[in-house]
Amino acid sequence: MHGFANPTRFLSIARPLTPWLLGLGLVLAGGALAWGILAAPAERLQGETVRILFIHVPTAWLGMAGWTAVAGASVAELVWRHPLAAIAGRAAALPGAVFTALCLATGSLWGRPAWGTWWEWDGRLTSMLVLLFLYFGYMALAGAAARDGAPSRIPAIFGIVGVINVPVIHYSVLWWSSIHQPPSITTGGSAMAPAFLWPLLVATLGFSLLFAAVVLMRMRALLAEAQLEARLRRRAREG
Amino acid sequence: MNDKTARRPKAKHQRLALVVLAIVALVAAAVIATWALRNQASYFYVPSQIVKDPPAPGRAVRLGGMVEKGSIVTENDGVTINFVVGDGDARVPVRYSGIVPDLFIEDSGVVAEGRMQANGTFLADKLLAKHDENYVPRELQAMTAAQKKAAVAETTQ
Repeated sequence: MHGFANPTRFLSIARPLTPWLLGLGLVLAGGALAWGILAAPAERLQGETVRILFIHVPTAWLGMAGWTAVAGASVAELVWRHPLAAIAGRAAALPGAVFTALCLATGSLWGRPAWGTWWEWDGRLTSMLVLLFLYFGYMALAGAAARDGAPSRIPAIFGIVGVINVPVIHYSVLWWSSIHQPPSITTGGSAMAPAFLWPLLVATLGFSLLFAAVVLMRMRALLAEAQLEARLRRRAREG
Repeated sequence: MNDKTARRPKAKHQRLALVVLAIVALVAAAVIATWALRNQASYFYVPSQIVKDPPAPGRAVRLGGMVEKGSIVTENDGVTINFVVGDGDARVPVRYSGIVPDLFIEDSGVVAEGRMQANGTFLADKLLAKHDENYVPRELQAMTAAQKKAAVAETTQ
């Protein structure tokens, strides 16, 4: 684990890996969306609006996985003080927030025809909205820490505290009577017909690869920014 | 110098223990909070709750459950419907006037916003359909269980 904390070592792995993740992610996500829109059947009750599923579920998963990554980076920052941990947390927060916002938007579009409402203050919907606000808070804190040289411990503590929302989102539909349906795919099997399940799984994999590619690219950009700043500061001191 | 290198892993372990302790405390707090909230945070009451402990007549609540098969009756004005919401244990008659969502059908989930009346009927101002976790293609819905199995086996092979 300490090997990856070395920025040079990290760059030598991240640089060749990024185009592969990006290319494969684009092909899989694009292909799965085309499959879902053109080839998947209409659903018995929802009709054509079922196709929103193929973007809604991957974005929901990545919104939650994104915060899990932020929390993991925060633990690494607090305990091991890895030089890359704070950068990894910042890099994962922005795509996580974008996917969470997409999840809320697509869910709202689906909810209008399916449930009869754009928005309800339901356990699942509310906890997902809270996740979006947590991302905003983390990005503001981490950005301020990086800009003003405040200790990156502060956003890291926030990242760990916020992780409590992730299981709340997952279990909200099981703990409370909710308008949102319970999960269709569980460890016990799938309540989803294979015609929907397969494009959904491929889309989820594709979007996850895209997410990983974006995180690696952002980490490289943030790393370069930090190095540039350090160099400028040194020159100003010597100058 | 020797003292410093010997102390460094210890500080790291201390921080790790502190973080783990903080996470455990957070999880415990969240579990206790959600446990306490489990009734209030529910988006709706199910029929057995509303029958056992009825809210005051006129208080706005939500009722959620399954629309009983064959219970939807449209009145002569064409927009007022009466139906029964059940959860297997209790049944509540519901009355609603207005346009119903697409997914509102018999034998399917519904959430009704409104108030209980003194006569035990739930007067709804708004109906929301609740989808379940099953996703079935339109072509498969009229098939028998055996036909479904065969069609599914065909597509997965």
